[in-house]
Amino acid sequence: MARRALPIVKQLVGRSSFDPHPLLGLGSRSVTYMPRPGDGSPRAVTLIPGDGIGPLVTGAVEQVMEAMHAPVYFEKYEIHGDMKTVPPEVIESIHKNKVCLKGGLSTPVGGGVNSLNVQLRKELDLYASLVNCCNLPGLPTRHNDVDIVVVRENTEGEYAGLEHEVVPGVVESLKVITKFCSERIAKYAFEYAYLNNRKKVTAVHKANIMKLADGLFLESCREVAKNYPSIAYSEIIVDNCCMQLVSKPEQFDVMVTPNLYGNLVANTAAGIAGGTGVMPGGNVGADHAIFEQGASAGNVGNEKIAQQKKANPVALLLSSAMMLRHLQFPSFADRLETAVKTVISEGKYRTKDLGGTSTTQEVVDAVIAALD
Amino acid sequence: MIQKCTRIKLGTTLTSLLNKQLVKNPALFDVLVMPNLYGDIISDLCAGLIGGLGLTPSCNIGEGGIALAEAVHGSAPDIAGKNLANPTALMLSAVTMLRHLELHDKADQIQNAILNTIAEGKYRTADLGGTSTTTDFTKAICDHL
Repeated sequence: MARRALPIVKQLVGRSSFDPHPLLGLGSRSVTYMPRPGDGSPRAVTLIPGDGIGPLVTGAVEQVMEAMHAPVYFEKYEIHGDMKTVPPEVIESIHKNKVCLKGGLSTPVGGGVNSLNVQLRKELDLYASLVNCCNLPGLPTRHNDVDIVVVRENTEGEYAGLEHEVVPGVVESLKVITKFCSERIAKYAFEYAYLNNRKKVTAVHKANIMKLADGLFLESCREVAKNYPSIAYSEIIVDNCCMQLVSKPEQFDVMVTPNLYGNLVANTAAGIAGGTGVMPGGNVGADHAIFEQGASAGNVGNEKIAQQKKANPVALLLSSAMMLRHLQFPSFADRLETAVKTVISEGKYRTKDLGGTSTTQEVVDAVIAALD
Repeated sequence: MIQKCTRIKLGTTLTSLLNKQLVKNPALFDVLVMPNLYGDIISDLCAGLIGGLGLTPSCNIGEGGIALAEAVHGSAPDIAGKNLANPTALMLSAVTMLRHLELHDKADQIQNAILNTIAEGKYRTADLGGTSTTTDFTKAICDHL
């Protein structure tokens, strides 16, 4: 017994004295939870590779999941942005699996075609879009204390899709804000803050101009705030918000916003924290969740990056770690996140958007090598 | 009109602007044109990039050459009446007004005085990290004329 144990003991002892990244806490076991019997059976996840760089980055996730032997298997569906609607079998699959991972679907600018990304969110009533914008160790940016979570209303507002031409040359676009949707997004934001030990929720609005629409949104946020007295609540006008984001982003914690402002705020926050290539996030509703690149999820990248296979897989890899936690596989999630953060902080394998020259595959190989 | 300009990039999506270009490399941009709401947001964002609302001038132009020059900032009730405000924004707006009136040499004179005073660094109001009052700062600019 002692002879067989020796190599294992050597390995363990060797590992615990080798801790190159004390910040990342490698070499210490995180506390795990007690699973129920049968929790280890593989879960099905709907996978939509999408367009442009989508297949490249979803392929990266598939490879890493395989390498980790994670208890998930993917049911792949090919959808493309030029389809008129999302095929019913895909919706059914997501109904069945409850969880989906997807790459971006291209959306034509202008024209009369609705974005499939938006369609999916409305169809499944994924009313909250979550983007985690925080600095990654080893990736310096102009601001180093960014840790913002943007909770964006995902189904109404300026994206209600209700536009019409009154007379030639005059178009009206309807922005719809409802108490129902505003309340539930505010509840989600405060609940998120409560569950994740966050201290502040800031509502972003333009109620000085859109007094009724954004006013209703603010009222709903204030109502919900009363139920969470230990969480600080504040409000900020969207233009001032963007200005503060680029000068003093450390003042923000959780931000709750209506649809359009959420898009802008999430993208700005992602940009200052390191770029949309590395921010994880997803969309969640009462019954389903879709994980995708955090900010700018509908972005399919440009042709050149897709062809040269140089897209950044980090965002989707970190989103898939969030997905693993959502599926209650915290240990796999921790391992994946640690490996990705190690690769980023080492700095040897970085794609172009982070200032490096690696291809997607090189980053994936580095992540797999860094898995413990 | 478009043919006269040598380099115009037409169209970039708002999100791409925010996350890739403006925050990382604003020097790429020259003139940005956009609808009302986006303009409100982006103009404040850009003001944040260059040092804040104390420095940002603007001008509203209408049909027939009517122009209203004003600072981007609001009335700042918290520092009103305390001789603390940064007058640069409104002064640069006045420079814009002079240019609109085709008084270019006067405009240049005032603009250079302002830029030199700020560059020197001896007199700066609180929003720029200094301790000067509005009157001291204004006097310094007058001295530079």
